Amino acid sequence: MLADLGFGLMVLTFVTAIFSAVAAVVGVKKKDPRWIESSRRGMILQLPLVSLVVLVLLYLLVNNHYEVKYVYSVTSLSMPLYLKLTALWGGQAGSLLFWAWLLSIFTTSVMLRNWERDKEFLPWVVVVTSLTMVFFLSLNIFFENPFIRWWSTIGGETAAMFKPVGAVLINPGDGTGLNPLLRHPGMIIHPPMLYLGFVAFIIPFAFAVAALITGRTDDRWIRITRRWTLWAWLFLSIGLVLGARWAYDVLGWGGYWGWDPVEIAAFMPWLTGTAFLHSVMIQEKRGMLKQWNMLLIILTYDLVIFGTFLTRSGVLSSVHAFAQSAIGPMFFSFIGLTFIVSVGLLMHRWNELKSENPMTSVLSREALFLLNNLLFMGILIVCFWGVIFPLISELATGQKVTVGPPFYERATAPLFASLMVLMALAPLAAWGHSTIKTLGKAIWKPALLAVVIPVVVLFAGIRNFAALIGFFLVALVIFVTIYEIWRGSMARHKKHKEGLLTSLMKLVARNRRRYGGYIIHISMVLMAIGILGIEIFQTQTQGTIPQGSSLTLDNYTVTFDSVAQFDTAGGRNVTRAVLSVYEDGKFVGQVFPRRDYYYESQQPMTIPGLRSNLKDDLYVILVDWQPISAVGATFKIYKNPLVNWLWIGAIVFIAGMFIAAWPDNKPIKQEIRRSRMVQVPGTVK
Amino acid sequence: METSSVPHKTGRLKFIIGGLLILASVVYLIASSTQASAEYFMTVDELKAKGSSVIDRNLRASGAVIGDTIQYDPATLNLTFTVANVPGDNSEVEAQGGLAKVLHDAVVDPDRARIQVVYNGPKPDMLRDEAQAIMTGHLGADGIFYADELLLKCPTKYEPAVPSQASGE
Repeated sequence: MLADLGFGLMVLTFVTAIFSAVAAVVGVKKKDPRWIESSRRGMILQLPLVSLVVLVLLYLLVNNHYEVKYVYSVTSLSMPLYLKLTALWGGQAGSLLFWAWLLSIFTTSVMLRNWERDKEFLPWVVVVTSLTMVFFLSLNIFFENPFIRWWSTIGGETAAMFKPVGAVLINPGDGTGLNPLLRHPGMIIHPPMLYLGFVAFIIPFAFAVAALITGRTDDRWIRITRRWTLWAWLFLSIGLVLGARWAYDVLGWGGYWGWDPVEIAAFMPWLTGTAFLHSVMIQEKRGMLKQWNMLLIILTYDLVIFGTFLTRSGVLSSVHAFAQSAIGPMFFSFIGLTFIVSVGLLMHRWNELKSENPMTSVLSREALFLLNNLLFMGILIVCFWGVIFPLISELATGQKVTVGPPFYERATAPLFASLMVLMALAPLAAWGHSTIKTLGKAIWKPALLAVVIPVVVLFAGIRNFAALIGFFLVALVIFVTIYEIWRGSMARHKKHKEGLLTSLMKLVARNRRRYGGYIIHISMVLMAIGILGIEIFQTQTQGTIPQGSSLTLDNYTVTFDSVAQFDTAGGRNVTRAVLSVYEDGKFVGQVFPRRDYYYESQQPMTIPGLRSNLKDDLYVILVDWQPISAVGATFKIYKNPLVNWLWIGAIVFIAGMFIAAWPDNKPIKQEIRRSRMVQVPGTVK
Repeated sequence: METSSVPHKTGRLKFIIGGLLILASVVYLIASSTQASAEYFMTVDELKAKGSSVIDRNLRASGAVIGDTIQYDPATLNLTFTVANVPGDNSEVEAQGGLAKVLHDAVVDPDRARIQVVYNGPKPDMLRDEAQAIMTGHLGADGIFYADELLLKCPTKYEPAVPSQASGE
């Protein structure tokens, strides 16, 4: 039986992972490189093994083996091939396996690097990654086995891995199918992206622990894992944005982010990861914040594990439900254990991780980076508080009290605004020492220009104070960043007698991390434009209108033309309305809000009709429809100003990330660049 | 965090004060926002018991939807239905045989505490008999729960039970 084969291979991978961890420790104890080499090969061997497990599960999924419970629960006969393949991560058991598979891919590529200069790290990187692997595989083997099958016994039907005595295998013939809400392209790529981000953060953590254990606490571990961190961050960010886009396109409530515990669970490692990404630069450039960096990567690792659990446990109704799932206690034990051991190691090396340089000036670049870190931690604490508050209040008062989106919005908005101020200031601040005077001199031109924006907005009739501040900060960051890039290019242009465009290209090429980072800053504030637009200026209306009638929202008028109902492939019944959109009385196009009804899962799905441009989105939902009544159909209409900038920002973000993270051709260049970096701030006069 | 690295007393002081200021503002933001937006989670039983004392609070209540009581006027988007009390505590739900059973028992038991819910807006897709409704809103003086937000959960949605129609075919 194929399911048995899959399970057997899974156990074999599990044993190999345990062997690798043990062999690495033995190798260190005996000072025997052969044991260590053996552990390294064990790690590499896990990839083909776990890949086979994944292949077996994919085979079962694609070939309708509904006697396997997992296949039964996430696929059905009517699902197309690509959905059956992506059902690999459509449920909890499969996504845990998928997680382990990604980890194995990453670990193997790390194992295949040249370890000549970093031999002492190797066994400990093996230990950390293999123990993480052991943990996830043990969840699959003991709690969430994707290969469990349905059996018919005398006592009734049951799901089990191995044949109960006298039992007969049941094949239900068809499965329940993937939740229709999850059949959206955004939702198909969203989990793997998030997982890629999650899993990639394991690698820097493994090196950090290796550095702590071996006592090689210089910034070598950071340099080795710098790109891992960047890619991890990129994927995590893309995963978050895709999730937001999915919510916007499919959930039909006119929003993109609801401060749901699942969302927060994925957002928290992003916060610590972003802080880490910034503060490692301080360690590389100035030899400071070493203890802090260790703490950040430990936090990120455990938040990743926590996020994996939360996003896939399926019992998210309340914080209380965490421990209900069979794997809940396992996760919490693992998180607790890894956190205590890592922090213990950090304490052990605490004195060796003292800063090499004092922090002197409050306005120096390193101080601003530190402030940035504190703000990210502030947002993290807000999020964490929101998630655990119901527990605390219930313990303290016996009354369960929760906080909703208004809490998060109110508490994080000033922190996000402060981060934007920092994005404008930090690129202009010098390492070591800056004063208000030097900073003021650098910023006054772009700042003056930025003031124009809120003034224009004010004259356009917008009186919302938060929005005016927000638009000013957005403009400030964009102008400062462009000004910085322009100044750098001009300096090169004059010095090297190159064309301005060549100068710009070379400037960026010589210091891709810095300028990639600037582009990411711009992308962040572009996203902020979208968020400000939809959060502050969203308007809505709703009503039931007969065919030929209209609804009006601000400058838009929407006319209900027709509605039709039909069956489509995939067991779906579609009700689709056609509406004409008039902007200021002028016809600008049609929208087609839909209601899809999935027969097999008996679940309807609301898909908005969207007319989108840079100014605003008109978002129309078909709420209800009476087939043979004169009443007509009910629509809900949102106008979401500027929201498109959120998605545009996301694309700019990816571009900036590629500039920053794409591998260098010549590694030696890094050293040269480093010495150059130290001089750059000198140009800020 | 790194204030220990500052050797000069005055420089160090600046960083400590700065750090404390940030800490204080984060604490203030959390405290004030919690107070402003706290929602009290209550069961139908508790709503009935506390009655008028919770009228002005942000409330979050959950109950089992009784299918026959759902009334919806698509013209005005007025939606009313009645929910029956279910335990608020998950361990209690599990002890009583899982969410699906608890919801079913609540709906068929005529002696359970019930409360009428009024909501204005599109009727959610999953609002049906024996679904769990999670309402956010406030309790009116008339004893009706006015919901601003309505979330539905169907216990069958996530983890499949044993396939009920499955046979040896």
